[in-house]
Amino acid sequence: MDHINPMTLFFAAIFTNNILLTNFLGLCPFLSMSRQKKSALGMGAAVVFVMASTTALNNLVHYKILVPLGLEHFRFIVFIVVIAAFVQLVEMAVERFFPALYYVLGIFLPLITVNCAIFGASLFMVIRKYDFVQSLAYGAGSGIGWMLAIVAISAIREKLEKTAKLPRGLEGPAITLIITGLLALAFLAFSGMIRVQ
Amino acid sequence: MFQLVTSILVISGIGALLAMLLELADRFIADYGECQILINKEKELIVKGGSPLLFALQDEGIFIPSACGGKGTCAYCKVKVLEGGGPVLPTETPYLSTKELEENVRLSCQVKVRNDLRIEIPEELFLIKEFKVQVDRLEDLTPFIKGITLSILEPEEGIAFKPGQYIQLEIPKYKLSSAPEFRAFSMASAPEVNKKVELYVGLVDKGIVSTYIHDYLKQGEELVMRGPFGDFYYRESNREILMIATGTGLAPIMSILRYMRKEKIGQKTTLFFGTRTEEDLFCVKELKKLKRELPHFTYIPTLSRAPEDSAWEGERGRVTKLIEDKIPEGADLEVYICGSPEMVDTSWDALKKKGIPDENVYFDKFS
Repeated sequence: MDHINPMTLFFAAIFTNNILLTNFLGLCPFLSMSRQKKSALGMGAAVVFVMASTTALNNLVHYKILVPLGLEHFRFIVFIVVIAAFVQLVEMAVERFFPALYYVLGIFLPLITVNCAIFGASLFMVIRKYDFVQSLAYGAGSGIGWMLAIVAISAIREKLEKTAKLPRGLEGPAITLIITGLLALAFLAFSGMIRVQ
Repeated sequence: MFQLVTSILVISGIGALLAMLLELADRFIADYGECQILINKEKELIVKGGSPLLFALQDEGIFIPSACGGKGTCAYCKVKVLEGGGPVLPTETPYLSTKELEENVRLSCQVKVRNDLRIEIPEELFLIKEFKVQVDRLEDLTPFIKGITLSILEPEEGIAFKPGQYIQLEIPKYKLSSAPEFRAFSMASAPEVNKKVELYVGLVDKGIVSTYIHDYLKQGEELVMRGPFGDFYYRESNREILMIATGTGLAPIMSILRYMRKEKIGQKTTLFFGTRTEEDLFCVKELKKLKRELPHFTYIPTLSRAPEDSAWEGERGRVTKLIEDKIPEGADLEVYICGSPEMVDTSWDALKKKGIPDENVYFDKFS
């Protein structure tokens, strides 16, 4: 397998292989935090930080510690612990520097720990045999891609709230899922344009 | 064997490294250092940052009223935070009016001390004290309401309060709680009894404090109490008085009635007391006795869920029905309402329909 340019990978992770819109990972915070652009942006920023740093760090841990010692079968637990520690870090920082955002995000901030998009990024990184730089690019790109998706949806939802008269059964998550589907359809048109593995 | 040892060591090593990282972060990010709180431009406090303002002040002996114990639901702990409070949080906005927002009023249980603060609190809050009390008597008043009497051990001079005010009672940590908890209870005793207070505690489903008081509290046990708080108290006037209470809402009303007996306040007074069934009524004997001692006092109990075939001969229905039936249009009344928020709101609406102005209505919502 020839080496993929990290820059290419970075943009691929944002647009053609958007982790949310093509793999449907990380949907629960996506649905609940996409009501307002402001909170979506905050949530997105937290995910970008956690995803970029944990994918890169997990790459180091996997190839420098687990593989040489033959401990690959521990990768789930190790990855999760690394992610949990980083989320804890983000939580402390957000509480300290952005108290208003901290209350808006509420329980969904600590829940990033089990955001499947983040764990998914770490697993893809292993399956696709990325090196450290590629992992960093892929993690950051996936994070930004996730943020792009949630911010886009939140902007559409804000607009809907103001203008659209929805039947009651379609309000909230229902219409969000339909819009997400349409958006995913658009993004799927790019699929295969850039090779990611 | 070797594999087992390495895997254990490696996994714990990674855990230890991350723990170290978090410990460092906790040191540098979550440490707010010492903060200065300037109260009313004169009193200066130095506190350790990181905790809610309500508790930081409490530790320094300044007791802001709070009924919910810092959960952000009662909105009693409002103070003016002039500087350093940070943005108003979504947990506060439902409780603050536009005027209050303009005046920088905040809920002190939600504002965290993160830096130096400049705040303003009413002077009388400095008068609120902490008391060491001992459980003197526990009595089942109804299947769901316990009457407790507390003797004040410290300070010696006891408590000075206005009839109708409330205290906060703190219970220790026990099976259902992770830390000491406090809740507000209105005093039913008269102000002239300053070494003892009487409280009526209703059992709340899954309530931490009420369950403790009902099932765990023992005679002779020592507790901590703070007070007095509240602006629901007897006001002197020449108007006829109407009192409306349901359930434990009778407590502050009893205090006012006992005060009136002591002071021989003889104006026309009517009490509507609502409960579900006859066995939920309490203080009946004393209320009947009061009828003889206060010549113009009328006590009208009403039951909302008395069975059709019961022997009850008194009023049936909710207290709002009594207001509709017994209060004449445009009556010149001073009204004291105490009980559940729903009852207070519906009663108030019923009074409005009778043309009673808002400024003559005093209320205390128990939630």
